[in-house]
Amino acid sequence: MKQKKGLGLLAKQKAAGWAFLTPASLLIFIMSFYPMVKAFITSLQTGPAAKLVWAEPILKNYTRMVNDKVFLTAMGNTFLYLGIQVPVMLILAILLAQLLNNKNLKCRGLFRTMIFLPCATSLVSYSLIFKTLFAREGLINAVLMSLGIIQENINWLGQSTTAKAVIIIALLWRWTGYNMVFFLAGLQNIEYSVYEAANIDGASGWKTFWHVTVPLLRPVIVMTGIMSINGTLQLFDESVNLTSGGPANATITMSHYIYNNALGQGVANFGYASALSFIVFILVAILAFINLKVGDTRD
Amino acid sequence: MTDVSKRRAVSHIQRRLIPSYVFLTIMSFLSVFPLYWMFTAATNTSLEVAQGKIWFGSNLVQNYRNLIANDNLWQAMGNSFFYATVQAVCALVICSLAGYGFELYHDRGKDRLFSILLLAMMVPQVATLIPLFTMISKMKLLNTVWAFILPGLSTPFLIMMFRQNSRNFPVDTLEAARIDGLSEIGIFVRMYFPMMKSTYAAAAVMTFMGAWNSYMWPRTVMKGNAVKTMPMLVSNMSNGYAIDYGMLMLGVLFASLPTIVIFFVLQKQFAEGITGSVK
Repeated sequence: MKQKKGLGLLAKQKAAGWAFLTPASLLIFIMSFYPMVKAFITSLQTGPAAKLVWAEPILKNYTRMVNDKVFLTAMGNTFLYLGIQVPVMLILAILLAQLLNNKNLKCRGLFRTMIFLPCATSLVSYSLIFKTLFAREGLINAVLMSLGIIQENINWLGQSTTAKAVIIIALLWRWTGYNMVFFLAGLQNIEYSVYEAANIDGASGWKTFWHVTVPLLRPVIVMTGIMSINGTLQLFDESVNLTSGGPANATITMSHYIYNNALGQGVANFGYASALSFIVFILVAILAFINLKVGDTRD
Repeated sequence: MTDVSKRRAVSHIQRRLIPSYVFLTIMSFLSVFPLYWMFTAATNTSLEVAQGKIWFGSNLVQNYRNLIANDNLWQAMGNSFFYATVQAVCALVICSLAGYGFELYHDRGKDRLFSILLLAMMVPQVATLIPLFTMISKMKLLNTVWAFILPGLSTPFLIMMFRQNSRNFPVDTLEAARIDGLSEIGIFVRMYFPMMKSTYAAAAVMTFMGAWNSYMWPRTVMKGNAVKTMPMLVSNMSNGYAIDYGMLMLGVLFASLPTIVIFFVLQKQFAEGITGSVK
């Protein structure tokens, strides 16, 4: 009798547990997994949005990419941003965190707050701030002119190389402080005695940094690295608002190009856009997989 | 050790830190300047902004008049605030329930389901854009608050955040509450919620800001002026050949104000929210 009641309670608890997590789980299935499957199916189709038909041959949308110059540019841009911006940002973030982790340093909180402040701006906002700063008639040109460094205004956003440089500078500005916070948290977890031991062994500050701090920060470096790569692969707001992808698609990102293909003016190529987005998915999935393998703390 | 020698040692340490101070000051300046400049530019005429004036001017009122004449600023502010609040509240309820369920009722089945849900982290936003857009328009929900919030109501990141922080919730308390006759949902509302306030605060800050700043999705499903949000409003302002920079920067200022206020007032929750770690 007693046992039966206990079982009833347990079953009730079990049901409650499932009830708690059902809404969230259902939403993820409907809003993430189902659309992903749908996107894959659409990527094998072609035609106007209202009446999609199977592509002939079935992988037509995928083979089309190989000759799509804009897509190849977008890919190239993404990897350019990855190759330059992500390493510079992470090195800068570690360096700043290392300097701020010094107990003898005064005004640490103030420095940290100021360097972290760019995170308070939205991606659209900071894109527009940088667009204005680097406008042909803008502050950067005015300063360079008055210093006599340039003789006439540089069209920063109108030339492919400088436009890319501006995007990289803007990204560095927005995200360095963000990553620094992760490194600061990581450094604060390192016991002070480790440094003392290194000091006693006669290691210089630089040596200690390379041979003690960096290896201990490895998990944080992996995590921030993967987050940054993931973010770079999905860049959208900056490309749209800072450069509009221009000049002539020279700075366009993959997400921006996909968006233009799917919902841009005049074109609604759902099939091709889905195929492109599937490429991004595969790249992100590979990274997320690495992240879960490396970053999982739960057994 | 005498006071004098102590002071000498301190000043020696500080002298060695001079390069650090210099470097940190430069970096702080570079970090703060664009935002400072946004504030000053909002008070200057477009011409003054273009000429690189870096002090506050006297054109703020005129910029504001231009802004409200060109765009429905306060409607967009209201929309952004309403959508972001609804999204934050709903997402917190849904995801905290799930995090609680996954941690405190965990068994093999639920653990497995959780690791499947984590896979949603791999799904890039742009990949689900077309199917979700089609879905929302078939449901006749375009231009409604539902279109705005539905994709962001449940995220693996939020569930994980609540699940991890639920580990601090003592199982003894749970058992005691059950013996006292509290229902399962009663335990959640009356015991879990009050104990997890700091997690809720950090998650609320993060979700609200994410929704306030979101751009790609609202741009897709919120068409028309009546449902425009702030990021869309300022983004549209920057299109065209003759941009009024003073007005644009005032718009950007309005779009950034809530998040900057949150940054300064709730800095702890802000940092915890973005790193997802509350202990």
